[in-house]
Amino acid sequence: MSAEAKHSKGIWSVITASSVGTLIEWYDFYIFGSLATIISMQFFPEDKGSAALLSTLAIFAAGFIVRPFGALVFGRLGDIVGRKYTFLLTLVLMGGSTFAIGLIPNYKSIGVAAPLLVLLLRLIQGLALGGEYGGAATYVAEHSPAAKRGFYTSWIQTTATLGLFVSLGVILITRQTMGVEAFNDWGWRIPFLVSSALVILSIYIRLKMNESPLFSKLKAEGKTSTNPLKESFTKKDNLKMVLLALFGAVMGQGVIWYTGQFYAQSFIENVCKIDFGQSRTILLWAIAFATPFFVIFGALSDRIGRKWIMMTGMFLGIIAYRPIYQHFLDITSDKYKTEIVEQKEVVRTATLASNNMDSLIKTVTVRHFTDGAKFTETSSDSLYVATGKGALKPVVKLEKNVGGADYWTIIFLIFVQVLFVTMVYGPIAAFLVELFPTRIRYTSMSLPYHIGNGVFGGLVPFISTLIIEYTKTPENPMGTPLAGLWYPIAVAAICLVIGTLYLSNKVDENVRDDENEYIHH
Amino acid sequence: MNAIKRLLGILWLIAGPAVLGFLIYEAIKKNALPTSTSNDVLQWSIIIGIFIPIAIGFMIFGYYSVKGYYDLDDK
Repeated sequence: MSAEAKHSKGIWSVITASSVGTLIEWYDFYIFGSLATIISMQFFPEDKGSAALLSTLAIFAAGFIVRPFGALVFGRLGDIVGRKYTFLLTLVLMGGSTFAIGLIPNYKSIGVAAPLLVLLLRLIQGLALGGEYGGAATYVAEHSPAAKRGFYTSWIQTTATLGLFVSLGVILITRQTMGVEAFNDWGWRIPFLVSSALVILSIYIRLKMNESPLFSKLKAEGKTSTNPLKESFTKKDNLKMVLLALFGAVMGQGVIWYTGQFYAQSFIENVCKIDFGQSRTILLWAIAFATPFFVIFGALSDRIGRKWIMMTGMFLGIIAYRPIYQHFLDITSDKYKTEIVEQKEVVRTATLASNNMDSLIKTVTVRHFTDGAKFTETSSDSLYVATGKGALKPVVKLEKNVGGADYWTIIFLIFVQVLFVTMVYGPIAAFLVELFPTRIRYTSMSLPYHIGNGVFGGLVPFISTLIIEYTKTPENPMGTPLAGLWYPIAVAAICLVIGTLYLSNKVDENVRDDENEYIHH
Repeated sequence: MNAIKRLLGILWLIAGPAVLGFLIYEAIKKNALPTSTSNDVLQWSIIIGIFIPIAIGFMIFGYYSVKGYYDLDDK
């Protein structure tokens, strides 16, 4: 076997070992988010006491706060001990905590210990994820030849999206197989427990891998950093690159990622009212079609440079988001549809309330449209015997199933957004790796990555929803649904300006400890 | 190009504390509402706590820009 063929075989083993583990870590991280509602019901009581605060901390905060800390803790370890053992440790921590979440007895069984354990394990998950990505990207990049670094590292870039894909798929299949009731009762534990088998397999694969050649060389020469944190963040030459990576690339990449894959799903489900199953299958299709483009743009970045591909992705997101989301609103509105009036169904049922006096009135109205859409409105009201009046504000739930053509239009529009994601995210691992020297690479690239994605990106749903809340007035109780897009648009626009002016499009020929000239045009 | 970078550095230098001031103002306004809960206070505290170091980082980035550390000929 020729040396080139041997190297090619070797690099694919490296990519497989790194990608499978990273994919599992993303899967573990996302199943918690996807099952947050069920987890809240299982581990947190309905009251507004301390357990509700723990719920907020566990579900809301851990994703933001802990990831950058994980980047610091494991980044430091990776630059001192080595890449291989550090990202083995993150995998064990992530897999162990995910498995343990699936075993925790619920709040009814062990009281406040349940939310405390969930919080603790969620924090470990966040820490582990903060350490994993930088290790995997660095490990692959340090095995890659310069001319193919973007292509090889782009496989690692597919894992975050595929992790989301697999988590949605496993949840949908489990829920479909066992029924909604059993799934909500105990079946939600299955996706957590399934993870352990995948983690064991991945640990086995990773154990057989060697340390990164660049790090091994550095270690043999006694040139590894003794204090990577100090070196990364107190030396001007390194700190300026960390700040440039964050504000000129990763901050914009983070908001484009979270808008295209999370906010889009949340918007079509909560604002457009597309039903649970359909909104998830839409995302699954869009991700399936778009995922190959991570590799395509990663490979393209080896030929034409990383910068302009990432900047183009940001620019397209900035100009396209508002028209795309306006189209979501139009396509799911009955204003532009023709109802088949003779097929309208109205079913009204009344059941006796638990006090054996009042009645619970439920009205289900199903409307069919010529384009195949079906809108189901369920209104629940109480009729009080004492007053003879209904509840002041009946609970109304609207679920829309869109017809064939509109279904595929929505898939296409989300696919376009994920395409923007692939442009900003496909080349970024190679870009970050080339920005920093080997001795502090793990630490230096992990922190901006997890601030950009965990904080700027992770806050997209929260801040966007908050902005919509602010637009609500007594005259306009629904607010302005598109107002939430101003947050990702503004962050991406600032990042686009900084990236365009300050970054270089040069592909670094070597990722060794030579003088880094990345900002020079 | 270097002149634009240095000039924009002043903007980044000011933007850090300005964004932080805006967040603190909004947090006070939001938490003063009668509908506010302890969860709102916690969420806003987390957000401001996270953005303080980021705002400081943005100021340092602005400072470095103004000083010309990102200029083409800087080594």
